[in-house]
Amino acid sequence: MKPIQLLLWVSLFLLYKPASAQTVVKGIVTGNKSKPVYGVSISIKDSYDGATTDSLGRFSFTTAETGEQLLQATAVGYKPFSQLLKLQGQPITLTIALKEEVTELQAVVITAGTFEASDKKRASAVLDPLDIVTTASANGDITGALKTLPGAQTVGESEGLFVRGGTAAETKTFIDGTLVNNFFFSSVPNIAQFSRFSPFIFKGTVFSTGGYSALYGQALSSALILESIDLPERSTASLGVSVLSANAGYQHLAKNKKSSWGASYGYTNLALAFAVIKQRQDYSRAPAYHNADANFRIKTSATGMLKYYGYFSSSKLAFTTPSIDSLGYYDRFSIGNTNHYHNLSWRENVGRRWKVQLGVSYTNNKDDINSHMQDEDKKEVSLDGLEAKKFALDSRGNYFNAKMVWDRRLRGLSAFRFGAEYNYAKDDIRYQDYSGTPYPSQLRDDVTSVFAEGDIYITNVLAAKAGLRMEHSSILDKNNLAPRLSLAYKLGKGTQASVAYGIFYQNPERRYLPAAQPLTFMQATHYIAQFQRVVNQQSFRAEIFYKKYDNLVKSGFVNYRETAVNNAGYGDAKGIEFFWRDKKTIKSLDYWISYSYLDTKRDFLTFPYAITPNFAAKHTGSLVVKKFVQSWKMNLNTAYNFASGRPYYNIGYDPATSQYQFTDRGHVPDYHNVSFAINYLPFIGKKNPKSYPVWVLQVSNIFNIRQVYGYQYSYNGLRKQEVVPTSRMFVFIGCFISFGVDRSDEVMNNAL
Amino acid sequence: MKKVLFLTLLLSAVLAGQSQSDKFKKAMEQWVPVFDTTYSADGFLTLSNTFQRIADAEKNQWLPYYYAALTQVNAGYMISGPAGGAADKTDPIADKAEQLLNKAAELAKDNSEIFCVRKMIATLRMTADPMNRYMTYGPAAEAALTTAKKLNPDNPRVYLLEGQDKFYTPEQYGGSKTEAKKLFETAISKFDVYKPESNIHPHWGMAQLKYFMAQMQ
Repeated sequence: MKPIQLLLWVSLFLLYKPASAQTVVKGIVTGNKSKPVYGVSISIKDSYDGATTDSLGRFSFTTAETGEQLLQATAVGYKPFSQLLKLQGQPITLTIALKEEVTELQAVVITAGTFEASDKKRASAVLDPLDIVTTASANGDITGALKTLPGAQTVGESEGLFVRGGTAAETKTFIDGTLVNNFFFSSVPNIAQFSRFSPFIFKGTVFSTGGYSALYGQALSSALILESIDLPERSTASLGVSVLSANAGYQHLAKNKKSSWGASYGYTNLALAFAVIKQRQDYSRAPAYHNADANFRIKTSATGMLKYYGYFSSSKLAFTTPSIDSLGYYDRFSIGNTNHYHNLSWRENVGRRWKVQLGVSYTNNKDDINSHMQDEDKKEVSLDGLEAKKFALDSRGNYFNAKMVWDRRLRGLSAFRFGAEYNYAKDDIRYQDYSGTPYPSQLRDDVTSVFAEGDIYITNVLAAKAGLRMEHSSILDKNNLAPRLSLAYKLGKGTQASVAYGIFYQNPERRYLPAAQPLTFMQATHYIAQFQRVVNQQSFRAEIFYKKYDNLVKSGFVNYRETAVNNAGYGDAKGIEFFWRDKKTIKSLDYWISYSYLDTKRDFLTFPYAITPNFAAKHTGSLVVKKFVQSWKMNLNTAYNFASGRPYYNIGYDPATSQYQFTDRGHVPDYHNVSFAINYLPFIGKKNPKSYPVWVLQVSNIFNIRQVYGYQYSYNGLRKQEVVPTSRMFVFIGCFISFGVDRSDEVMNNAL
Repeated sequence: MKKVLFLTLLLSAVLAGQSQSDKFKKAMEQWVPVFDTTYSADGFLTLSNTFQRIADAEKNQWLPYYYAALTQVNAGYMISGPAGGAADKTDPIADKAEQLLNKAAELAKDNSEIFCVRKMIATLRMTADPMNRYMTYGPAAEAALTTAKKLNPDNPRVYLLEGQDKFYTPEQYGGSKTEAKKLFETAISKFDVYKPESNIHPHWGMAQLKYFMAQMQ
């Protein structure tokens, strides 16, 4: 044979493929509980051959490949499957069992005691961030919206979240992991203050009404965990004008979308609003606030993010109210406050399985309070027996909080977390009595904590979270050890049951310190059981709880100042709560209903014995309705809040028995409030709008219903006076415009 | 002799390569027309799997990845319907479509057709939860479509998608049936002169246009 012929033969042989080696591969794919899985992609690796399973999980195809080949099966929600096959022309029948992939989307989530509003696509989240700002009764305040959820009380005479029979001080707020001191503007007698932070800077809100994670501590009742936004979508400028305030801000997103910075300034002055809407108080200085904030966010790597948020505020107000102690005279109150808050946080993935989170925050708060009596001509007077009504209280607070959390991912969604927290608080208080005698005091407390927590996904439907927290307080010179445990079991699609247990410690409030006797931690033990069903835009949850309080602080008066005496206080709270939300039944109408039943008693501070405190109503309910009217480009929101009459009482000191006793007791009338808000969004439907104005009209207590929060007593306890809202009805009108800094050309040029 | 040997080897290499690309072409010719006759979510998902197999075997062809993404996003539309609000079902599909489309984009940069599908994915995401997402995915969809138009002003699908938006958007939001009709007519006129690069390159759209024009009557 000539070489050339040989070569032809060889090349022909190379090109020759036996046509007979066709193999039929068929079978069935099953998943959980041997149920067939449809839509599974079956393929022979590196070939075109394969099939997709039908509704019975069956597949069948013919392949021309021969020899050892890898068969792959993939489907959304399942772990990829592969198997080596020997293709020799003989039909092959397979039974493939796919393992469910544990994903955050489908897995059971521990929800006992928590309400989550976040942009994470979690099945358990029953609220989204937008819900917070569009709740009619919220007045644009985060806590206002949370008060429409079960568990929180509608207390109108002071700020804060009163959760399940707890005081406002039993709720702590955290931003990006670290504790926030002075979350609200400084307290003013009988007037609830707003929270300092705009809801728009947060992308996630977790409101825990009990049983929260070991990562957080020093809160007997509740933790409000806020997560600030990462990089903004684009550069924007914003402008807001309302009857109360004016503000302007700018956010700049770098071209490479890796970093951003922003700053804003706002001035609020209630003089105009108070001129129109008559207030109960007579303001010699209407509340005025300067607020400024600045931020930067840097994407330090594919998974790393460094964020800074800084806030500064300065405010002043002064008013007089007719004095209850002496007719014809007035009580004057004034407060000046300056507050700085700085928060720096960093998170990064270290390797494939480790994550680290680091946060530091610093607060500097300064309050100058002055009180005295005035006569009809607004001249300062001092009346016999009421000298103590003149005083000055200057407090300077310096607070620092640092926290580090390490997170190690385990198999599936399981994870192990541990870390440490350090909290420094220093208060310099200078109380000056009517004679000008100063009583300076200084208080410093260092709380050091370590904690560890494990998320254990036993299966896709059963998860446990177990944690342990240890704290040391320098002021108490004591340690505590707080175990936490929760379990969740998925009963079916969107339906789950969870339980939670935990011990929670908190230092005695600093306002009652220093104490003459050594004190210890106050303690609460939570037991919670929950049922939740979130299906098809409808959410239902029911929760029962029992909370036991031990070592609450009892107080007495030393130099006119309420001071902690011992830890002999105690109490408990039990109740049942329901939440129902429905976005489905009526088109473009969204509503939720919450109801809480609370049975609580406690003996603390100067209480003679255990009673239901004045911040706890037996029945609390809310109905929130949101309707979007497309043709008007309007969002119509309304909310109805109800609370059964809360108890009121006056406690007097009986020198004869040297005991505290109730001099008067009763219940205030039921509380009703209907609020209404319209948001008008004229930019909707405009192509490439340059600006996004939102007009807001908000009316609280639209039916002008008389609301009574409680009673205020004269020094001698003989006269009492209702504590009511500063005005019956309040109207808010404003326009907020954000300008998208148009950079579509830039985007385009980068894309090309 | 060496020459002969070289030529033979070259010939066989070319033949082998030819047969590979023949196989690709044949497979694509078989499956691309199926797109025009698929009307169900399951059908689209099955077809997407088929294109994905071809894509993963070939690795260097953008077309199968493009079709895999296109069929995936169409399945998403079938599941969500015009009312939307099924984020839990359509988000995983949008994720998958995006993943496939990114692979196509790596192989064919600055391709008008790919930006069209990008627009479709953004719109699918937006319809799932318009209240919370229109600020994000509305502009994203628009930017993708503008880029698609810039890259190839003669691509009829750009005008089809633009018209579709106008058609489905309520009037108070800037929708307009008359404007939609104009855009559909532009798309039809573009189709009249449109020559796909080959019979496996994107050519879909005429059937949809006929459907919308029929709705106008």
